[in-house]
Amino acid sequence: MTTPTTIRQVLMCPPTAYDVCYEINPWMHVENRPDRSLAAKQWDALYQVLATRIGLTVHLIPQPPECPDMVFTANAGLVYEGKALLSQFRHPQRQPEVPYFRTWFEQHGYQVITPPPNCHFEGEGDALFVGDVLVAGYLKRSDICSHRWLTDTLGLPVLSLELVDDRWYHLDTCFLPLEAHLVAYYPEAFDDYARIVIENNFETIPVREEEALRFACNAVVIGHQVVLPNGCPQLTDALQQRGFVCYAVEMSEFLKAGGAAKCLTLLLR
Amino acid sequence: MPSEIVRLDGHIIDSLTLSKVLDIILKEGGEYRVLRFQMGATRSDPSHAEIEISAPDNETLERILHATGQHGTERTAGEARLVPAPKDGVLPEGFYATTNLETHVRVGNEWLPVQFIEMDCAIVIEYKEGKPTARCAPMHHVREGELVVVGDTGVRVTPVERREPDDVFSFMGSDVSTERPKERVVAAIVHAMKEARQEGKKILFVGGPAIIHTGAGHYLEAIIRAGWIDVLFAGNALAAHDIEGALFGTSLGVEIATGTAMPHGHENHLRAINAIRAYGSIRRAVEAGFLRSGIMHACITTNTAYVLAGSIRDDGPLPDVITDVVEAQDKMRQHVHGVGVALMVATTLHSVATGNLLPASVRTLCVDSDPDTVIKLMDRGTHQAFGLVTDCEFFLKELAAQLPNVKVVK
Repeated sequence: MTTPTTIRQVLMCPPTAYDVCYEINPWMHVENRPDRSLAAKQWDALYQVLATRIGLTVHLIPQPPECPDMVFTANAGLVYEGKALLSQFRHPQRQPEVPYFRTWFEQHGYQVITPPPNCHFEGEGDALFVGDVLVAGYLKRSDICSHRWLTDTLGLPVLSLELVDDRWYHLDTCFLPLEAHLVAYYPEAFDDYARIVIENNFETIPVREEEALRFACNAVVIGHQVVLPNGCPQLTDALQQRGFVCYAVEMSEFLKAGGAAKCLTLLLR
Repeated sequence: MPSEIVRLDGHIIDSLTLSKVLDIILKEGGEYRVLRFQMGATRSDPSHAEIEISAPDNETLERILHATGQHGTERTAGEARLVPAPKDGVLPEGFYATTNLETHVRVGNEWLPVQFIEMDCAIVIEYKEGKPTARCAPMHHVREGELVVVGDTGVRVTPVERREPDDVFSFMGSDVSTERPKERVVAAIVHAMKEARQEGKKILFVGGPAIIHTGAGHYLEAIIRAGWIDVLFAGNALAAHDIEGALFGTSLGVEIATGTAMPHGHENHLRAINAIRAYGSIRRAVEAGFLRSGIMHACITTNTAYVLAGSIRDDGPLPDVITDVVEAQDKMRQHVHGVGVALMVATTLHSVATGNLLPASVRTLCVDSDPDTVIKLMDRGTHQAFGLVTDCEFFLKELAAQLPNVKVVK
């Protein structure tokens, strides 16, 4: 059984062409562009924690100039047991990333599977494992039809959660799987049904709005080590009380595009 | 009530998606019936539901289908199959034959309303700037290569709504009876005519020559002069005897004022037709000051449209009569668009011919002294017709009395 604890490899994209050139979420403002050298430092700090402190194998994919958001590799697809379920982006601005990710997956021996036509799917941004259950977000970016496709392709149960706030447009911005039955989440990002589903299925750590706005949930969890954006003391405290080791990383330049630690990291199972 | 069946698959129980979809249906004003539900055998198996969604109108249904679609419901209705017409005036094998009910066809993942619906026709799909439109087309109108709907997949027919209990037509029911409070029926018609006026819809009058024979012509004339009729459908006879009455004071030779037969009176209608033929048209006879009264005179002077459709037993006929039946039918077809109320008085054949062209949504009243006329009309598919069995003179007299601004001149 594959669970988040078995992750040994991830895929990242060094931010050589990272920028905010268009606005496809409420965080993006073309007049508030990231400081590129600062972004590079922040990315490097994350890379160092993952590669050195946690000891993961970090694969790198180069960033083509026409794909300013490609640093957010979590949106490349969902990787599971040798299969790469490729994304089909809702916004045309991100669609040019797909062939680059496809090529990388193919070159690394993954069986690449594409979603049905007219069915948007934005990879690990909207599909996260909690134990052996796949939890998937929809409505803002991914369509619910992709959940059925995930079930059919992987033979796994999928819990569908509706996202209702544009600021938390991907599941990984407001929902953080920690253990097989434990998650942290920001309830206001979900509709009433989704909140019931989450509370019925998992033990939960609610995240406060001020930390949700810092993308506290956009964290990389490897076993009991959590790499999360800095400025999230409440969640850090809650995690530490449960025995997690927390690494806080500054993500200010990536928050300008609506991303943080998890968005920058694709887990390779 | 329009309805559609949708499918919902996946982990719809654990995710509460089924509950959410059913809640949305109710919240948006629809109703549901779960036709089939199959629970996933294990935790990883998806469940399947088949739900019939119904709504008070098509707009609401579309809104519900759109709202639930975001949560994974899939429409099961297939696309309409389109086959090119093999020849001008020939439909492809298995073509869908229309009813007179509101109809939609599914093309390009969208339900298109069928324009100008009428019974016993075909549905033609046309693409203008890449966008499909659907129209109802009589067989003889279809041109080679036009795309025609074949089979009934992707075709949705909406039954006529039950009228509200306080609707003027509701108390009449739809059967034929001689035992009806006639003045009340006329009041209901007057109400319907006023409503049609307010809604910008047309009022159609279909009449037979008995209107003239019974001496009721001047009531209809007054109703037309008051502007209550937008279009008149009749045959040669109504116009010929109306003009005979205007010129000679007789109808089929019988003096209208006294009811007595005039010597050689049976020739009067022939002489009337002949005189109009000499002028070339009814309009020219009116404009020349030759024809000075009557229903046709009222139509000309008030610019009320009329279609006179010929038949094999016609005398003359009058020059305005269209003797090619297909041409006459097409002309009638042009005029029925936008009709809200149709009054059919004292004519069987013209009533049936008109009924064939009308959408079922048109409020239709058939007045005849013979119950058989109404039965025939309904048997031929005009189920929306209400029958009033009475003498046409009584009906028109009462109608003229109840309609505002009608001044009857004897």
